[in-house]
Amino acid sequence: MSLLEVSGLGIAFGGLMAVNDVSFAVKPGEIVSVIGPNGAGKTTLFNMISGIYRPGRGAVRLNGEDVTGEAPHRLAEKGLSRTFQNLQIFQEMTVLDNVLAGYHLQERGPIWADLLSLPSMRRRATIARDGARALLERVRLDKTEGQQAGSLSYGSLKRLEIARALALNPKILLLDEPAAGCNAVETEEIDHLITELAGSGIAILLVEHDMKLVMRISSHIIVLDHGEKIAEGDPATVSRDPQVIAAYLGAGQEEEAEC
Amino acid sequence: MDALLQFIFSGVTVGAVYALVALGFTIIYNASDVVNFAQGEFVMLGGMITVFAHQAGLPLALAAVLAIIVTAAIGVALNKLAIEPARGAPVVSVIIITIGASILIRGATQLIFDKQLHRFPAFSGDDPIRVMGATILPQSLWVTGGALVVFAGLWLFFTRTLTGKAVLATANNRIAAQLVGINTGAIMTLSFGLSAAIGALAGVLITPITLVSYDVGVALALKGFAAAMLGGMGNPKGALVGGLMLGLLEALTAGYLSSQYKDAVAFIVILAVLFVMPQGIFGKSSTERV
Repeated sequence: MSLLEVSGLGIAFGGLMAVNDVSFAVKPGEIVSVIGPNGAGKTTLFNMISGIYRPGRGAVRLNGEDVTGEAPHRLAEKGLSRTFQNLQIFQEMTVLDNVLAGYHLQERGPIWADLLSLPSMRRRATIARDGARALLERVRLDKTEGQQAGSLSYGSLKRLEIARALALNPKILLLDEPAAGCNAVETEEIDHLITELAGSGIAILLVEHDMKLVMRISSHIIVLDHGEKIAEGDPATVSRDPQVIAAYLGAGQEEEAEC
Repeated sequence: MDALLQFIFSGVTVGAVYALVALGFTIIYNASDVVNFAQGEFVMLGGMITVFAHQAGLPLALAAVLAIIVTAAIGVALNKLAIEPARGAPVVSVIIITIGASILIRGATQLIFDKQLHRFPAFSGDDPIRVMGATILPQSLWVTGGALVVFAGLWLFFTRTLTGKAVLATANNRIAAQLVGINTGAIMTLSFGLSAAIGALAGVLITPITLVSYDVGVALALKGFAAAMLGGMGNPKGALVGGLMLGLLEALTAGYLSSQYKDAVAFIVILAVLFVMPQGIFGKSSTERV
């Protein structure tokens, strides 16, 4: 059964159909990538699925439940977690506190327990702290836990954002260009991390421009162009699809240079 | 020396009120980036509602609690009815909405209550306490004590509780806060309720000394804003320090120069801060990473 089901999703900005009638499904443990030239509507699609935009039409189902247009914090409770192409980090907090913030939902308890520092609260805090440290180790940021997040390099912040998303213990993780701006070594690390996460049963929905990465790790690829789905299938099928090749060669020469 | 001590006492008393108003500005600014110019009206409402509830026969303490609760509800209503529907509008538009709201609150108070000056008895009598040649009103101790309790309580709230940390997280990055499951809408509501309650408390504490009428909010909002700017907008510590400094400056100006210049101090402070250090004493210069 599909974990995430997107059907007929669309949104218009002014008169422009930014995304039109896009449908697909993601199963647990699957890595599904959304590709397409710049401006194809990939991030808009992500924003609709994750509740940042309310879709103009269509539906998003999570675990069979209709969650179309629900607020991001409600989706977080239901197991959907995401990262941003241009990062959404608590810049003025420490690296550890950023990940700890990801434990917000699990750490919740009565306010008097917090104020009186009751054992139940301290226990919850310890669990969160240990969990956050383990996640930082997993993305190899454990050495920097006391630093202010704003002082980290771009590649490190990308991994920090993934660690925070993982702190929510998500069933599905949406990654918006996790390898953008990363060097070859960092890309390799993200590649391993994503494969490992999918191996542990988390569904991954990925937007990425690094075609080598996409072709290597995806189990399924969706191709968008001008807001519409023009092809989907496994990496081999999609890369041979004439429409896909046309979309990329027709509009995406600068795209090649970017990768 | 006696005179100086006397000026310091009165400076700290008004300063404590400015600090509470500045704190109200700070809490809402942190949650929403909006400077809420209706903050002074919350102080006025605290005083006015207490006066009329007390006249209607409620014991003073109960009247004060009622005033704080009603004002907090008005703060929440302001957020729900005027600020939330304008989400996505430029910050300047929302600030103008708060100015509109303050005019509305002032007008409504004038209609529902009246235009007279009012007061209610001080909590612990009006006999001045003599300290080293200067005198201090017992109510002044209530004001400063009240402000200290509020600041200490808030400090505990922000550092110890998960909800408090959620408020800080929302201030730091709203989208990131939503992503980790924080209901930022509820945080906004909480912030408006809390700011209004703190403002009302300030009004309750200061009314026996300065009296209250429907129009005292304007001056208080301006002074509180100056204090918040001086301390660094968005920083509770800055609100405390800025409020006390402004209060002291005013009292010293009134004492050594002329009481006519007292109200000018706040404006000079605003101008000086904007010219010399726009980020205030504790504020950080904001840089956006792209």
